Amino acid sequence: MFDKVLLKNAEIPNAHGIGAYEAAGGYRALATVLHEYSPDELIQLVKDSNLRGRGGAGFPTGVKWGFVPKDPALEKYLCCNADESEPGTFKDRVIMEKDPHQMIEGMVIGAYAIGAQKAYIYIRGEYVLSIERTEAALKEAYRKGYLGERILGTDFNLEMFVHCGAGAYICGEETALLESVEGRRAQPKLKPPFPVVEGLYGCPTVINNVETLACLPHIVQRGAEWFRGIGPERSPGPKLYCLSGHVRKPGLYELPMGISLRELVEDHGGGPRSGGRIKAVIPGGVSAPMIPESGLDVAMDFDSLAAIDTMLGSAGVIVLDETACVVRVAKRITEFFNHESCGKCTPCREGLDWAVKILRRLEDGRGKHEDLDQLERLCGSIFGNSFCALGDGAAWALSAALKHFRDEFVRHIEDGRCPFH
Amino acid sequence: MATGLRDKIEEVAGRYPNRRSAIMPALYLAQAEHAQLSGEVLLEVADILDVPEIWVYELATFYDMFHTEPVGTFHIQVCTNISCLLLEAEGIVAHLESRLGIERGDTTPDGLFTLSTAECLGSCDTAPVMQVNYAFHENLSERRIDEILENLRGAVGE
Ligand SMILES: Cc1cc2nc3c(=O)[nH]c(=O)nc-3n(C[C@H](O)[C@H](O)[C@H](O)COP(=O)(O)O)c2cc1C
Ligand code: SF4
Repeated sequence: MFDKVLLKNAEIPNAHGIGAYEAAGGYRALATVLHEYSPDELIQLVKDSNLRGRGGAGFPTGVKWGFVPKDPALEKYLCCNADESEPGTFKDRVIMEKDPHQMIEGMVIGAYAIGAQKAYIYIRGEYVLSIERTEAALKEAYRKGYLGERILGTDFNLEMFVHCGAGAYICGEETALLESVEGRRAQPKLKPPFPVVEGLYGCPTVINNVETLACLPHIVQRGAEWFRGIGPERSPGPKLYCLSGHVRKPGLYELPMGISLRELVEDHGGGPRSGGRIKAVIPGGVSAPMIPESGLDVAMDFDSLAAIDTMLGSAGVIVLDETACVVRVAKRITEFFNHESCGKCTPCREGLDWAVKILRRLEDGRGKHEDLDQLERLCGSIFGNSFCALGDGAAWALSAALKHFRDEFVRHIEDGRCPFH
Repeated sequence: MATGLRDKIEEVAGRYPNRRSAIMPALYLAQAEHAQLSGEVLLEVADILDVPEIWVYELATFYDMFHTEPVGTFHIQVCTNISCLLLEAEGIVAHLESRLGIERGDTTPDGLFTLSTAECLGSCDTAPVMQVNYAFHENLSERRIDEILENLRGAVGE
């Protein structure tokens, strides 16, 4: 049995208050860090833990922190990415609603490591309870001296604020997020310069996901070796999996990194609903290419999923049973990306719009065989030519549907209607 | 415009090194007070923050959660993204359309309800879901919807 780490407090009544958090050992890791670690030692600890970012890309957190210039004269920022808008994902919301101090403690630890004195938590605007709980938790943390000036009697100062998003998926992309905090339309910016060198207000800035930050107090308390021992050594740690779709027991599951997708869906999730059969699973939010049923024995970690041309992404696991129409799902995913495209670059803006038109007629049974080749060509010209990963993800997800379920697309064309609806 | 709004905006502006960053929070505060961000309200926000009006206008139109057009007292947003779609969110939208006598995107003539479809709301394990003025309603069915609408109408009647 795996003992929960990130969700261990979630079931305690009023876990979101500072009293419950402290009673469960909260903020002790912060005291340890401030009194016993230099920033460089802390960065080394996180490097040794092999913690990789839970926002989607899986970048090693300690390595990212290590890129921040050490010059004490430079102002630095930490931003927590709580924009969580990847369809199929609801893990950061649970942390913020049930245990916001875990995120805040992780942020203070992260800010100390990189020398930031100001931090922003970018929360998507629709998450009103997360915003309310986080704001309340910040007030408590200030009152208890975990934030503000001379934290726990040391000379470390940190101010922390919430910045609310307002309904744009692209704000989750880190450079767009920074643009949004600066009061501009959220459009990605060219990298390099990377935010760690030139980010918010032109200053070195680290952006980390909520779940990444929530891991930090535990790494400090229990050590890098403990963390590295959970799951695959190169992609370790406790992991939140969001399970939804055609599955008997949807929900948020905390399990080791690297468990098999089949075990997650069939054992923990209770398998497909009402005795149906699984057709495919999307493993990491809709940007992650779908896997047909035959591929479910894959391990849920960054490297194993990348090896089969998909990704862990946000670990939003969506199950499609045999009643699901892949053409309809592919159309809806592409509509989503088309709606959320920021419009900055042509392949994404024009290409997705075109793909949506084709997919709509295919779904209605008005498509032609040439449409499938056209879609493939479109995916090819969007992938690799988009300014940010939104365009790439859209093309990648659509290509996988075409590759694994071409026969379903063909049936729509030959039957002249959707065989499922 | 109430001086209260000016004070609140000044307070949030203090969280950022420059005033442009305070436009989004200021728009939220203005929207809470006025329900709709008319041209006049946008001007006032620009004036309070002492930033060009175009900066304010740009953000009010870029972000979906800012309303430059009127919305009903109850803004119903039904998620139609994949997890909800798989659990028949389209039927939920159709049922709301027939109960409210309007199509998605429209507002009832009495100004009570606006019906929109939404992208993923982050509650996929309780699909299908919708938000009414950002409060979640989960595991929806036609019967649940009828109850919710009745409660909302009752809340206004009181
Ligand atoms: C289109 C797009 C949307 C993204 N959305 C999110 C998001 O909602 N939350 C998140 O943490 N990261 C998101 N990311 C990834 C971030 O850009 C960034 O890599 C991440 O926040 C870094 O944190 P981590 O290293 O802790 O994972 C998104 C990336 C792209 C390209
Ligand atoms: S790929 Fe799409 S979302 Fe990304 S910058 Fe280009 S248009 Fe914007």
